[in-house]
Amino acid sequence: MKDKKIIKIYLYTRYERLWHWLQAFMVISLIVTGLEIHGTYKLFGFQTAVNIHNFIGLSWLILFAFFVFWLFTTGEWKQYIPTTKKLFSVILYYSWGIFQGKPHPVQKAKGAKHNPLQRLAYLGISAMLLPIQMGTGLLYYLYNDIPQVLPLPVLAVIHTLVALFLLNFLVIHLYMTTTGHSLFSHIAGMITGWEEIYETTKIAGWETQATKKE
Amino acid sequence: MEKRYFILTGLTMLTITALVLSFQAVFASTPPDGKEALGRTLAKQAVKNSKRWTTVDHAKIDALNQNFTSGEEITKACISCHSEAATQFHKSIHWTWLASGDKSDMRYGKAGYSVNNFCISGNAMEDKSCLACHPAWNKKGSQGVVNCLQCHNSSGFNFEEALGDIEAFSKDDDPDTKEMMEDIQNEVKEAVSKVTFPTRKNCGDCHFTGGGGDGVKHGDLDTSLTKPNRMLDVHMGIDGKNFSCTRCHTTVDHNIAGRIYTNPAVTKRKSLIEDDLAPKITCVSCHSSEPHKNDSKLNDHTDVVSCQACHIPKYARVNPTKMWWDWSKAGKMKDGKPYVEKGPFGKPVYKSIKGEFRWEKNVVPEYFWSNGSQTSTTADDVIDPGQIVKVSHPVGDRTDPEARIFPFKIHRGKQPYDKVNKKLLAPLLSGEKGYWTTLDMNDAIEHGNKAIGIPYSGEFDYVETTYAFPITHMVAPKENAVNCTQCHIRENSRLANITGLYMPGRDKSSLFDTIGWLSIFGALAGVLLHGLGRFFTRNGKED
Repeated sequence: MKDKKIIKIYLYTRYERLWHWLQAFMVISLIVTGLEIHGTYKLFGFQTAVNIHNFIGLSWLILFAFFVFWLFTTGEWKQYIPTTKKLFSVILYYSWGIFQGKPHPVQKAKGAKHNPLQRLAYLGISAMLLPIQMGTGLLYYLYNDIPQVLPLPVLAVIHTLVALFLLNFLVIHLYMTTTGHSLFSHIAGMITGWEEIYETTKIAGWETQATKKE
Repeated sequence: MEKRYFILTGLTMLTITALVLSFQAVFASTPPDGKEALGRTLAKQAVKNSKRWTTVDHAKIDALNQNFTSGEEITKACISCHSEAATQFHKSIHWTWLASGDKSDMRYGKAGYSVNNFCISGNAMEDKSCLACHPAWNKKGSQGVVNCLQCHNSSGFNFEEALGDIEAFSKDDDPDTKEMMEDIQNEVKEAVSKVTFPTRKNCGDCHFTGGGGDGVKHGDLDTSLTKPNRMLDVHMGIDGKNFSCTRCHTTVDHNIAGRIYTNPAVTKRKSLIEDDLAPKITCVSCHSSEPHKNDSKLNDHTDVVSCQACHIPKYARVNPTKMWWDWSKAGKMKDGKPYVEKGPFGKPVYKSIKGEFRWEKNVVPEYFWSNGSQTSTTADDVIDPGQIVKVSHPVGDRTDPEARIFPFKIHRGKQPYDKVNKKLLAPLLSGEKGYWTTLDMNDAIEHGNKAIGIPYSGEFDYVETTYAFPITHMVAPKENAVNCTQCHIRENSRLANITGLYMPGRDKSSLFDTIGWLSIFGALAGVLLHGLGRFFTRNGKED
């Protein structure tokens, strides 16, 4: 593929990038302080960890509302519609093709930020894990102030388990950023907004639904 | 990244902070001045003007301006004005030593069937050494005349000794003796006029030395509280708020508020705003149930954790307290004589007349659910000698809305029980027939149980027992309160034995934690293998 020309496209808007890194910061801080509260290790001290965790947790909740607003007003939510088209070829690529230097079956383009596997993963996380985590977190925080919805042990166990699943996601997510055409090209794209892709990439119509004008 | 991104990020973070702060305020009650905790404001208000005032100078009262020859005469003088005082006092537990107002109900009380694991029983006031603390003149118990001065005199003068001397001297006609007698009478007269609301020392004369010595019983009450500094007790500290006992233990008709055997000191925690005539001042009375700073997570604790649990990190912080008393070791002789052996803190670790002791200082309390009531095993209750007998133990659990996690001193020991009737026994200790004179336990039990009217089979052995004292005095300054991780920690949590609730840091689900961590290590192993695969195939690129 050496012969193929690399071009740059503007893929992530200013708000998206800000949200991505802000959320990354918040999620990592929440995991770090949350595990200390869980008793896994000692770092900030229990009381400080609780204060940081509560502050960032509530901030995340508010900011997530802005994200949801952005998602629906811009139509970006369509980027998360799950599809089985090319799903298996993507899975096949990561489990086999990548070792053979084959091209990625689904390339990024404006309006097609996520491949089918990403769509599925991000939908699961944004629509399932994150709301569960925020919901149990808020109920945990307000445990003394509102009528009991779920008993504390149940809330705590769900909250911890989902946190560990999110840490699991983080591990895989970080690793996947290295699978671009160079180790840091995906990370660079998320910082500058400009993603480097191969010129020959063809984008199918179904992939760019989100930005298509009716 | 460009410079404008940094500026943009900074501005956004500022906006977020402002938003979050306003959001959090919604969930917290607004304290009166916007900063201070509600409980702190209320507590300050409660002690704003605590100086007592009176319209009487007892030194100018004619009834007291006479030469007294006996304690009974002094009491008569008191009653000549305070006509109902003795009548009221006769009905109080301080006088009857029985928890019930009905004098025929012997079940609970020092003068009844109640026992502990110190000197065990009061033997229905037959044990005269106990009567040193009974507020009647000349150790006459409830047969005698009330000694008002025991609680209402601040002179520290030994009236019984002085009056005894006066009585002895009055029989002598020698002018020198007469002169000495007049001197003593003037001293008595002067001391009598020092009438007071009970001071810490008045209460402490009995309550600091319960069980036969300084700090023996309670652990949170000993002579160090006569003149405490605020490090020992923020409320009573003479360099702090300088509370006397009566500041919280309020009184109605000479009945002083506090826990009595199975009756809690209070049944409901109420602030003075909710009930300004509450019979007993508790923490919540002044500090409210929101004692900590605005929106502090600590305020979320007050529905399950008592104030004392965190604010009395250790008890017996100045003087040691007795933790173990083994009566089964009593009676050993050295050279044919009873002896005493001293140990740490200069306190006895063995006394032939009492057995083996253990003392401790700076003791970490044990914690239990408590609704303020305690079980009380009396000399009339059947016990299971196969187990450690809980002579006194807190009542309550997670489901009881009035129960809180509360700190306790648990005094352990071994004491005699009836092998046939399966009841704790009440040996008589002092006096000619008492164990301290005869060192014959079987005989002492015969006399002691006879005094309280409970039959003794004649066969006894020793059983291990516990006795629980709520720890509620010696409140430390807030900077010395127990910190989060003394309880919220996996190993050696102070609350390790507390059940019925989930505590972050202490508790976890091993199953779900294992599932979570396995998924993470699985992912790590997966990406590591995948990465290695890519490295060795160089993403399929040819060299």
